[in-house]
Amino acid sequence: MNAAVATEIDIKREGEFARPNYLSEHSVRSWLLTTDHKRIGILYLFTILVFFTVASVAAALMRIELLYPTGGLMTSETYNKLFTIHGTLMVWFFLIPSIPAVLGNFVLPMMIGARDVAFPKLNLMSWYLFVLGGAFATWSLIRGGVDTGWTFYTPYSTTYANSHVISMAAGVFVAGFSTIVTGINFIVTTHKMRAPGLTWFRLPLFVWSLYATSLIMVLATPVLAITLALISLERIWGVGIFDPNLGGDPILFQHMFWFYSHPAVYIMILPGMGVISELIACFSRKRIFGYAWVACSSMAIAMLGFLVWGHHMFVSSQSVYAGMIFSVLSFLVAVPSGVKVFNWTATLHKSSIHFATPMLYALAFIGLFVIGGLTGLFLATLSVDVHVHDTYFVIAHFHYIMVGGMVTGFMGGLHYWWPKITGRLYPEIWGKLAALATFLGFNLTFFPLFVLGYLGQPRRYHVYPPEFQVFHVLSTAGASILGVGYVMPLIYFIWSAKHGRAAGPNPWRGTGLEWQTSSPPPTHNFKETPVVTGEPYDYSPEKDVDLDLASI
Amino acid sequence: MDKFHLFPPQASTGAHEVDTLFFALTLISLFFIAVIFLPILFFCIKYRRGSPADRSNPSSGSNVIEFGWTTLPTLIGLALFAWGAVDYFRIERKPANAIDVQVVGKQWMWKIQHAEGKREINELHIPIDRTVALTLTSQDVIHSFFVPAFRVKQDVVPGKYTSEWFKPTRTGEYHIFCSQYCGTQHAQMIGRLVVMQPRAYEDWLKTGEQTESIVLAGQRLFYNRGCSGCHAPNSTFHAPLLQGLYRKPVPLADGSVVTADDQYLRDSILQPAKQITAGYDNIMPSFAGHLTEEEIMQLVAYLNAIGKQEPPEQ
Repeated sequence: MNAAVATEIDIKREGEFARPNYLSEHSVRSWLLTTDHKRIGILYLFTILVFFTVASVAAALMRIELLYPTGGLMTSETYNKLFTIHGTLMVWFFLIPSIPAVLGNFVLPMMIGARDVAFPKLNLMSWYLFVLGGAFATWSLIRGGVDTGWTFYTPYSTTYANSHVISMAAGVFVAGFSTIVTGINFIVTTHKMRAPGLTWFRLPLFVWSLYATSLIMVLATPVLAITLALISLERIWGVGIFDPNLGGDPILFQHMFWFYSHPAVYIMILPGMGVISELIACFSRKRIFGYAWVACSSMAIAMLGFLVWGHHMFVSSQSVYAGMIFSVLSFLVAVPSGVKVFNWTATLHKSSIHFATPMLYALAFIGLFVIGGLTGLFLATLSVDVHVHDTYFVIAHFHYIMVGGMVTGFMGGLHYWWPKITGRLYPEIWGKLAALATFLGFNLTFFPLFVLGYLGQPRRYHVYPPEFQVFHVLSTAGASILGVGYVMPLIYFIWSAKHGRAAGPNPWRGTGLEWQTSSPPPTHNFKETPVVTGEPYDYSPEKDVDLDLASI
Repeated sequence: MDKFHLFPPQASTGAHEVDTLFFALTLISLFFIAVIFLPILFFCIKYRRGSPADRSNPSSGSNVIEFGWTTLPTLIGLALFAWGAVDYFRIERKPANAIDVQVVGKQWMWKIQHAEGKREINELHIPIDRTVALTLTSQDVIHSFFVPAFRVKQDVVPGKYTSEWFKPTRTGEYHIFCSQYCGTQHAQMIGRLVVMQPRAYEDWLKTGEQTESIVLAGQRLFYNRGCSGCHAPNSTFHAPLLQGLYRKPVPLADGSVVTADDQYLRDSILQPAKQITAGYDNIMPSFAGHLTEEEIMQLVAYLNAIGKQEPPEQ
């Protein structure tokens, strides 16, 4: 393509921005009262970015404190509050809404050829509930913070903690309703709003994963709400539910908490898996191998995920036989995750792989998720878990899933749909560098923690025996690289939203419905409702295509 | 204890078992990493965009292959589960003929008492090659008694007795960590576990302040706190006899049957109305708040001791 033609195309694409699209209105009112799923997705993006930043700063402070075995930078009380802030905000105010509420909100209706979600006003209400929950959580932090850990274990949280447990619990409680509302919206949207011809087994795999996630959101989150309400009852009025001195049972709390929080782990990974299926198909130009198996494995994970909560409690004094049942079920829930990974691998066979930034994130996801998943088997194994439970081994494991998996998936998805969201391309070379920094930094941060955990370093210690220091230093060094990997996209995304090259409707030559409309899309997504006549991922690896990658 | 290691010391019989399974898991993980990462690497090179590789007739699925890679990991998983479960069963089953040690966790220290009566704080001295069984409880929040060198850990739960055992195979000093977050100074709730030669251990037991054994302390409480007024064999009150009770089934007023284990004895002292023995009235007062966790443990030790005696003729 010669330069003159390229310029001509660019000018034509720039012209696209002159046409009315969902970003045309600029008033604050037009944002705060919007019922457009795309705008709500962007509202969520900004909100979770704030919480992600606060929670990351907390993590950075902890990692600096842990450089020395004797600490010294802060008191133990401060440290305990930092890991509580980090966990609470990352789980409920970043990870859970990350892919579903941002990317899901943005692309789900477009992927199924709909004008919006089923209940657009409810969708906006969900964001307001989220902000209200976030306000409670922020208020709890401003007043002095919470030191219970994100797990709120009783009777510490109900009787012994002298921090702002109630306001934080209220924040999580309210944010939970936002999750439920989003879940209901996605389920109804997927059932009722699909374009003509878009049967269930023609749905993109990201839609399947969001559907499975939404089922968990709707069915599990109410249990969290009940649990937090009971904590408040005991803490405020001394109703004996969990504190044995009041006639309660502290282990009951753990059952209730993990009955929600283990399925919640799948809220925090299934959407990431869905994104990866999209990326792998598009950038290897090939239909996903074993589509139906990948789709059904999401449903299998959602269902089995409800039956494994007791694997968090192998040393809690729950019955030995209960432990055995939870252990065997935990091995079974690993199988559908394995099926996904095998199918992604097989998809690459006879494909045509473009190593664009989203594909690098997808490959990083597979690498990190496989390590996270396999170390999960160690934790599912009863006798080994007795040793590694509540050590850094667990920290390393779930960060490989939550950060290595979900955050990498989120970043991959954000790069993939960025041209659709903003109509502009991010600079490709910087994208690749960020993906590389994330992958290397992540491994250096978290891999040493497996060794440290097996050595016996317990979690939530702000001082530790000196022989553990070298692993903490490696981890802190890695965290600084990881931080660069996260700051880079922040800068070039902001830059590209204004100055990036115009993307046109379909820079990646994707076959999904979301690529059949202009970028940024018009308010109601499609000029006319698309009709689907074939299977998803209609790619042909035999044909060589040019993707539109921005060179700067 | 202060040297840099890549792997924790193996200082008990159980440590070897756990490590063997850990290495098996590591090997299986390496196998899966190989069968996933090597093909990905190979495909990424061979099928990179623009390469001359053959891409004709790409497959988009095969149920035979899917069944294969569903079944194989399931079978491997079930085998790993069974292996871990057998070891777990051994870890959780307290063996007979152990040296009994009572441990009370509190914010933020470990209070330990040996059967002979000797007390320690944040330290535990034990002899090599003998099975040691801890009975643990907490007087406030949940703690967890973790000895990495032995690969054992057990949550220490208020209102509940849990147990943990090990058989040390190497003398030396090892870490004790509280591994369940328990508040401000959680990281300082650490201790030193000292494994000694039998002779040295016997000598150590004789050093320091000599106190009465746990059973004797329990007996004193039994008489001083008025338990004997009703529960002694020649008492005029109608209360259940405690001789012959040890680990025996006890029929309750509601028709159910419980085993007279430590937890039952503890609950009967603190919440007498919870489980009424069949044929008796609910007249015993609660001793909750009147006894410390250590005293309750001493009483339970005494009740176990007389529970092993023959019941007297009525």
